[in-house]
Amino acid sequence: MNLTLKIWRQKNAASPGCFETHEARDVSPDMSFLEMLDVVNERLIAGGQEPFVFDSDCREGICGTCSLVINGIPHGSRKGTTVCQLHLRYFKDGQTVTIEPWRARAFPIVKDLIVDRAAFDRIMQAGGFVSVNTGNAPEANALPVSKEIADLAMDAAACIGCGACVAVCKNASAMLFVAAKVSHLNYLPQGKAEKDRRVKNMVSQMDKEGFGNCTVTGSCEAVCPKEISLDFIAKMNRDYAVALVKGELKKSAAGGVG
Amino acid sequence: MSLDARIPSGPLAQKWDRYKSDMKLVNPANKRKFDVIVVGTGLSGGAAAATLAELGYQVKAFCFQDTPRRAHSIAAQGGINAAKNYQNDGDSVFRLFYDTLKGGDFRAREANVFRLAQVSASIIDQCAAQGVPFAREYGGTLTNRSFGGAQVSRTFYARGQTGQQLLLGAYQAMCRQISLGNIRMYPRTEMLDLVVVDGVARGIVVRNLVTGEISLHSADAVVLATGGYANVFFLSTNAIGCNVTATYRAYKKGAFFANPCYTQIHPTCIPVSGDHQAKLTLMSESLRNDGRVWVPRRKEDCGRPPASVPEADRDYYLERKYPSYGNLAPRDIASRAAKEVCDTGRGVGPGGRGVYLDFSDAIKRSGEDAIRDRYGNLFEMYERITGENAYRQPMHIYPAVHYAMGGTWVDYGLMSTLPGLFVVGEANFSDHGANRLGASGLMQGLADGYFILPYTIGHYFASTKQVKVPASHAEFKKAEEGVRQFTRRLLSINGQRSATSFHKELGRLMWENCGMARTRQSLEINLKRIPELREEFWKNVKVTGSGEELNQNLEHAGRVADFLEFAELLCLDALHREESCGGHFRVEHQTEDGEAKRDDANFAYVAAWEFKGADKKPELHKEPLVCEEVHMATRSYK
Amino acid sequence: MNFLMKIWNSSLGKKYIMGISGFLLVFFIVAHMMGNFQVFLGPYWINTYGQFLHDRHEILWPARIVLLTMIVLHIWSAFKLRAENRAARPVGYAGDPASFAASYASRTIMMSGIIIAAFVIFHLLHYALGVRAVNLTGIDFSALRDSAGRPDIYLMLLLGFSKWPVAVFYIIAVGLLCLHLSHGMRAMFQSVGWKWTFGGVSHLPDQIARWFAVVIFIIYTSVPVAVMCGFGKAYREAAVQHLAASAVSGKEVDR
Repeated sequence: MNLTLKIWRQKNAASPGCFETHEARDVSPDMSFLEMLDVVNERLIAGGQEPFVFDSDCREGICGTCSLVINGIPHGSRKGTTVCQLHLRYFKDGQTVTIEPWRARAFPIVKDLIVDRAAFDRIMQAGGFVSVNTGNAPEANALPVSKEIADLAMDAAACIGCGACVAVCKNASAMLFVAAKVSHLNYLPQGKAEKDRRVKNMVSQMDKEGFGNCTVTGSCEAVCPKEISLDFIAKMNRDYAVALVKGELKKSAAGGVG
Repeated sequence: MSLDARIPSGPLAQKWDRYKSDMKLVNPANKRKFDVIVVGTGLSGGAAAATLAELGYQVKAFCFQDTPRRAHSIAAQGGINAAKNYQNDGDSVFRLFYDTLKGGDFRAREANVFRLAQVSASIIDQCAAQGVPFAREYGGTLTNRSFGGAQVSRTFYARGQTGQQLLLGAYQAMCRQISLGNIRMYPRTEMLDLVVVDGVARGIVVRNLVTGEISLHSADAVVLATGGYANVFFLSTNAIGCNVTATYRAYKKGAFFANPCYTQIHPTCIPVSGDHQAKLTLMSESLRNDGRVWVPRRKEDCGRPPASVPEADRDYYLERKYPSYGNLAPRDIASRAAKEVCDTGRGVGPGGRGVYLDFSDAIKRSGEDAIRDRYGNLFEMYERITGENAYRQPMHIYPAVHYAMGGTWVDYGLMSTLPGLFVVGEANFSDHGANRLGASGLMQGLADGYFILPYTIGHYFASTKQVKVPASHAEFKKAEEGVRQFTRRLLSINGQRSATSFHKELGRLMWENCGMARTRQSLEINLKRIPELREEFWKNVKVTGSGEELNQNLEHAGRVADFLEFAELLCLDALHREESCGGHFRVEHQTEDGEAKRDDANFAYVAAWEFKGADKKPELHKEPLVCEEVHMATRSYK
Repeated sequence: MNFLMKIWNSSLGKKYIMGISGFLLVFFIVAHMMGNFQVFLGPYWINTYGQFLHDRHEILWPARIVLLTMIVLHIWSAFKLRAENRAARPVGYAGDPASFAASYASRTIMMSGIIIAAFVIFHLLHYALGVRAVNLTGIDFSALRDSAGRPDIYLMLLLGFSKWPVAVFYIIAVGLLCLHLSHGMRAMFQSVGWKWTFGGVSHLPDQIARWFAVVIFIIYTSVPVAVMCGFGKAYREAAVQHLAASAVSGKEVDR
């Protein structure tokens, strides 16, 4: 089959980008989308042209590295699929396909289709952990966790940190990512001790990074390759409100300010 | 040079405790004076970086991914073993130790494997405390599943994402230390050389993959946690970025490389669909619990739709050859059996390289819903990739390269032959011998990172005289110049072929001649062809762009250049090992019924190779493997 | 104060303000609806109710102040959030694709809000301030009195909705309001973290939001629809005749 590709080309964050049109001729419907791009790149190299750079690593839908917007939809239109697992059989012969990077102020473009998602790391560093040193741990079964809670935490923890939620959101909001991370640890008894601190610090870092706000459109949930639920955002909103109020109460109890 | 593994004396069960009580300690106030470089942030590297920082060391961590959370440990699906005996089914440290050692065909170091089994229980405690959402029973306790090669239920798991969840645990611990200023993280940075000063590892040369800037980093110890080399086969279940560069360049600086020929081929992967393919996808081994593996009895039936092949004309070859284990035969054995039937021309699918994994009996027996319950996500993944519905027709599967048991040689304290260079996780020659059992790769990575290296590195600091070597030292400059020259050379060739085309060709040679079955002849072909290919590479490779920018083409070319040298070492090791064991099957050495024939009298040793210079044959050093407590039995799964 | 600033300065805090102000406005909408619905009970009820509200300054003014504050907060946070959201994506996607998988209500929330605001201004001019120019009848609504000498709200409604452009604008605006509410209430529940499964209904607050919007729409539009279908026609025509007669005789309108 043949495809016409409109691919984003951008030298670096400072220079402006534009679309280039390339033909992907005689590609097989059994190829994954990224394998098709590999082929296009190989042909570009053979012709002495610069290949396009794009991020990918595991190519089995779990590392969260790949990050392409295909015809306006991050990871393409297949439900619960990362772009590395999107196959060409879901495209029509002769179709024109637009390929762009994630677009958000908090994810500056590094080159072509690669963006810098370090903002996610900084959010995690603000509180996305349980403060337990190696060796501190009690016997694992000493703290029972109900199956429902463990399953719920796992649903949240399934997030692969790809950033498709930010890319698809009309506001470039990182709420689904942050909520998944907060909820994963806030649900579990192991993470309860620093629940309030965690949500406050992570939300504050999220705000500093310049992501937009949640307007509950549900686009993030629909595009998420791990189908993380919008409910976690509600959970985070709740936790944040509780943390704010509790923080104030504690302060007044201590009789101090700020 | 003699290879001293520095295994503590005393009974097997007391060695690690004895090591810990005898080791020298670093005063807490002095720890912050020590700098440690950790390269690679998967399970072992991430765990090591976090734990060392918690202890007070100043850590610099490097990874080539855009964030430490994406290392390929993330892709492990099945689970992690631990001798907790929560199921009360008779598990114990000794049993886990013995299963692992036997699974590795008795080609691992007994003391290391025992220690691994000992610390396994602490790993689960640690990970649960970090918030890893392990699967639980209704009562709130942790649940287990069984896995290949064991008769007890000791595998802990987090849905189909055990690797990701454990990695997130280590990553989160790292995040905490980064926020506390104890770890400086360098993502999108690739190590391109090791700096050795007066025979001691003192630092590394790295390239910033975004800007192309080359920088030097000195430290009191360097830890390599850079994973395995399965991508030398081009097609493997490894991530696109996995490479041998860090350990191979350390090898060239004097760190011996051990057992490179031990490579694991996983039996249940989705077959190659065409030339374009960039990687292979693993389907969990657990599928073999309900699926039956078969091929048509006659070649002529291979093209027919599977449903139209009558029962009598099907060859359920695993059940036929291994009646007691049947479809659950260990990975190496099941893989080889698949290759054998395909070699007789009875393979199915594109190129005749595939066998059926058929669920129709299981669906008839338990109903489609029950099967969907157990494997729904895997069937979905299969459909995403192949477009086929495995409830209606059998899956096509074929073996693929999955894991590297070999790696940098390390002593009991995980230090290589270069003082100050420690190697952990899949990157070291590890505790898996000649074959790794399912669910023990995660265990080893975390054991090394959380519970072993943090002790042994302290002992190294406390027991050897430490001198600071700044990055301005002449050796650093020399190494930097070497790296720059290497990059310039790659960019200046401007030939006709892409690095990928060389990688593919190398992969084909390795798969054909050094894959599931190896012969003296096939290995000799490779030993002749690989240097030729390498020569062509250095004359005819085409690398576009420049070194001062993000250039994936250049990164890949550098990795392929190392694979082209390393592949030769792998074949050399495979050629010298005149026996069959685990993942290394030499056709000349098999029993009458086609099983692996080990030669304990002559080959019960670790083969550690020393680099002697470009185009010179590496020198073989042997570390004898002595089993003090167990008998080296023959593996049989009949 | 510090606490309020903290809320105002955080993204989630602004959503709380938006949600809670919206929630209080919903209370007003419900109260207003109950007032309107009395039209079906006849002039006595609704005019008594109107007089009651009018006379109770201790209720009226605090309510007006709260209402106005909520409107200001609601609009202010909306524009502030909007500006931040715009800034979060300086470069958009090719061809400006519609928000993926988002409901119509959520995509148009800003537009429906602005039109509702415009309608509210019209509505205030129309009925509350009785500006003659906007009611298309040529009658001064503020001068209408019932037989007890009270402002004749009953007649005002009948007259107001007797002009079809007014009634249609009203129905459209209420429609938009309900569209706004169907997403806004859901978002409000989400913003404050109410998203429970109760009595076997998953996401009960979402369901409430959806049905609430439908009920509000039916009840609000029932008044103009009834008037256009002829409800109170006799009363209205009699009043108009009377008005015309008294205009001729120059007498005080007193019925």
